[in-house]
Amino acid sequence: MTRSELIQACAYSCPELPYVQVEEAVKHLLSSIGQSIAAGQRVEVRGFGSFILHSHESRVGRNPRTGESVWLQKRHAPRFRAGKGLRERVNINYTQQSTDDFNDRMG
Amino acid sequence: MAMKKDDLVAELMLHQGMRRQQAIIFVEHFFEHISLRLERGESVKLSGFGKFDLRDKDSRPGRNPKTGELVPVSARRVVTFKPGRNLKGLIVGDKPFSQLSESQEIEDHS
Repeated sequence: MTRSELIQACAYSCPELPYVQVEEAVKHLLSSIGQSIAAGQRVEVRGFGSFILHSHESRVGRNPRTGESVWLQKRHAPRFRAGKGLRERVNINYTQQSTDDFNDRMG
Repeated sequence: MAMKKDDLVAELMLHQGMRRQQAIIFVEHFFEHISLRLERGESVKLSGFGKFDLRDKDSRPGRNPKTGELVPVSARRVVTFKPGRNLKGLIVGDKPFSQLSESQEIEDHS
């Protein structure tokens, strides 16, 4: 699924809203979430998951090709953790599928 | 304070001129559509923001961290997230966004 497909799906679910408004709203949600994470403010959506800004301390790393030591600056990176609902949902079809595969192999 | 669903609803009311009820429904649908695709085993790539991917993990031996007892961890599917270029661009080096003097917008690269 791409962002434009997400916009189409949201437009389909909210037929009373003009398409351009749905488009703006989806973009606005993504940018609000992004700004909040970047500002170091956690974003928590019940059932879906949470985003946090994780910090990596500065350290001396190595160039894996040359073995040379390089100084790595302290940096921040966003992290996502799926919520309980989403974790369970992605496994419904998956575990069913693995069980089917297993049964197929066993005849 | 964490940003919650209610703050996203407020964002839509304030900046997109939606009525409260409309904004609540919209936010619900937004996350539901993403979840639904992931549930079906599809990845979701939101340009500028990032990509939600699925990884299949084999079962492995694990341990109960409290008792040290050996317990099997079953095979499972997990959701991963990889931030997109614009989201990474908002986070510069050792300073979170709020400490930057100039504000940046998430740009659109679709």
